Amino acid sequence: MAFLEANNIHKSYTNHTALSDVSISVPKGKVFGLLGPNGAGKTTLIRIINRITMPDEGEVIFDGHPLCAEDVARIGYLPEERGLYKKNKVGEQAIYLARLKGLSHAEACARLKYWFEKFDIMPWWDKKLEELSKGMQQKVQFIITVLHEPPLLIFDEPFSGFDPVNAELLKREILELRDKGHTIIFSSHNMSSVEEVCDEIALIDQSKVVLQGHVDEVKERFCKGIYAVEGIGATPLQATPQFEILGHTQRGSLACYQIRVAEGVTGSDLARMLSTQMELRKFDLRMPTMQEIFLRVVGNKK
Amino acid sequence: MSKLSIIIQREFMTRAQKKSFILLTIFMPFLFAAIVFVPMLLAQINDDTTKNIAVVDHTQKYFHLFEDNESYHFHTAPQFKDEFLSDTSAVEAVVVIGADLIDYPKSLKIYSRREIPMDLQSYVETELSNFVRSEKLAAHGIEGLEHIIASSETDIEAETIKRSEDGSESFSNSGVAMAVGFFFTFLIYTFVMAYGSMVMQGVMEEKTNRIMEIMVSSVKPFELMMGKIIGIALVGFAQITIWGVMLAAIIAVVNMFIGGDAETAAMASNGAMQMGATPVPEVEPNEVMSVINSLPIAELAIMFVVYFIGGYLLYASFFAAVGASINSQEDSSQFVMPVVLIMVFSLYAAMGSAENTDGPLAFYASLFPLTSPIVMMVRIPFGVPLWQELLSVVLLFGSALGMVWISGRIYRVGVLMYGKKPTVKDLIKWIRL
Repeated sequence: MAFLEANNIHKSYTNHTALSDVSISVPKGKVFGLLGPNGAGKTTLIRIINRITMPDEGEVIFDGHPLCAEDVARIGYLPEERGLYKKNKVGEQAIYLARLKGLSHAEACARLKYWFEKFDIMPWWDKKLEELSKGMQQKVQFIITVLHEPPLLIFDEPFSGFDPVNAELLKREILELRDKGHTIIFSSHNMSSVEEVCDEIALIDQSKVVLQGHVDEVKERFCKGIYAVEGIGATPLQATPQFEILGHTQRGSLACYQIRVAEGVTGSDLARMLSTQMELRKFDLRMPTMQEIFLRVVGNKK
Repeated sequence: MSKLSIIIQREFMTRAQKKSFILLTIFMPFLFAAIVFVPMLLAQINDDTTKNIAVVDHTQKYFHLFEDNESYHFHTAPQFKDEFLSDTSAVEAVVVIGADLIDYPKSLKIYSRREIPMDLQSYVETELSNFVRSEKLAAHGIEGLEHIIASSETDIEAETIKRSEDGSESFSNSGVAMAVGFFFTFLIYTFVMAYGSMVMQGVMEEKTNRIMEIMVSSVKPFELMMGKIIGIALVGFAQITIWGVMLAAIIAVVNMFIGGDAETAAMASNGAMQMGATPVPEVEPNEVMSVINSLPIAELAIMFVVYFIGGYLLYASFFAAVGASINSQEDSSQFVMPVVLIMVFSLYAAMGSAENTDGPLAFYASLFPLTSPIVMMVRIPFGVPLWQELLSVVLLFGSALGMVWISGRIYRVGVLMYGKKPTVKDLIKWIRL
């Protein structure tokens, strides 16, 4: 069931169109990746979902009803740029923002302590925000976003400024939040993280949704039937009408092949054919990475 | 706790806890007190040392005029010597009378290696002019001429009495009333300017830091704006209150130490005013006290608070709208400039009104809401008809609330808008949105 739907959203500014007929459907309890090159309109869509900007046309359905002002309180938003007071102490402003979201002072303190300890940033409590590095600030911002446990979380470029260790930590947290039942929308350029974290994706390019669906299903769509095969055989393989050989390397007696099957030939067919000629050690359908899909879809247009 | 009060609390606390605020709040009254008391202390120190003044009188006619007093000891010297002005010399200044002053009035010179003390110069000048004057009069040979002239010079000084309708009379002094009025005017002017631009800075910070983007999900923009305006106003009130209390305490303590009484303080402040070259007519210290007592103190205090709130609300909400519409500090001048001009105009209008507190300038400027908070404070010590006060306050609060409404509309849209600087047309569109 879709927790959030955006239907036929149009948004244009004086000199350009930011979104044109954009529809997405975010299933409940899943991580939804919003992908796209810079300037494609991702952030505009996120701002529309947050009611920061209003669409020219189209509507957003939130949890079964048209999005209204009160719903925004049930959205946690991590903006791409830091949205915190630079001159104020980290702990103080975290409590302030948490209280504005409706937590009591004690509740805000308790939850912040839990998160600060979890992220190992308790020593920053009394530091001014501007003393922290970008990645550290991002951690604080993340905590503030999830603190009031809203059912919908929106992360705009959450990994920017993070080192690999912290990016890993954040990925784990996002998945944990999903498992607790939160619905998460996150936009990123970092395709490997998208692959690890997202259940569904929508790819926006030049203000249109050009690709949408479940990650595995999208990959399947872009899979070109290339197999990596390893085996031990007496004679080298010969191409047939059913498949062609793209590459061949020999490591001792072990032969490694890149094989593309012709249309309509299944993996089982190929395995059957090959097994007569060699002792199969490894048989692997190569799935395209999100990176490759991204480049193919976005790059094609350019 | 409502969100508005959380915001007010935060706006107040972050500013009141700032080191710069605490330092300014604590030291300002001492600075104030120093301005009042140091001249008095210095005057006392000066009295202790007697300075030697050499008089070189080539005519031998005038030197007997100079009599020693607490500050100066006069002695004659036959000739002007350079060593009089050397650093080690015991002589503070040299008075040289080159020729008979009756014929050559310009032949009087005073030399010193330092700045010549004003009181010395005026003492020497007065003594000599008086003497020369009586000499000249005597030369006319008319008997008793000096008395005739002296008796004809009648110095008429009006005693100004303010008589209220019930017939009670109070001693009034326009100089003191004017000073009191200006004091409150400047207080309102500086506070509205300082705290108004603080509101603008705060709004701009939230906008450029994109804090707004995560705040709008939990708070209404109008609550944010009002929270900021009210929180900052409370900072201003706290500061004024602390200053008032501390200043009173300091004056009390200093009086105890100096062993003086209220008169000393009044005399000192009177002296300070004259030092500052304010044209305050010379008044006896106890007169000052009685004038101050005769001022409508309760009315002044109430009206000060009322105009402070109204003026601040009007200007601060305008500043909030400016902060919300612009993207950087540099863009602010276009909008802030007209406001500063209006404020400065009000200040001049206030000065003009002080000359004629019931004239047309004073009347209209104290009704027009953009200038009334500043101009009216000058008029109140002189007494303003109640209907004018009420009309002015109603106009001020009416337009302040109108401005809050307009600013709220602009703020709501502007604070989430980035990119190009909005034009006036855009702003009008935002208000109507």
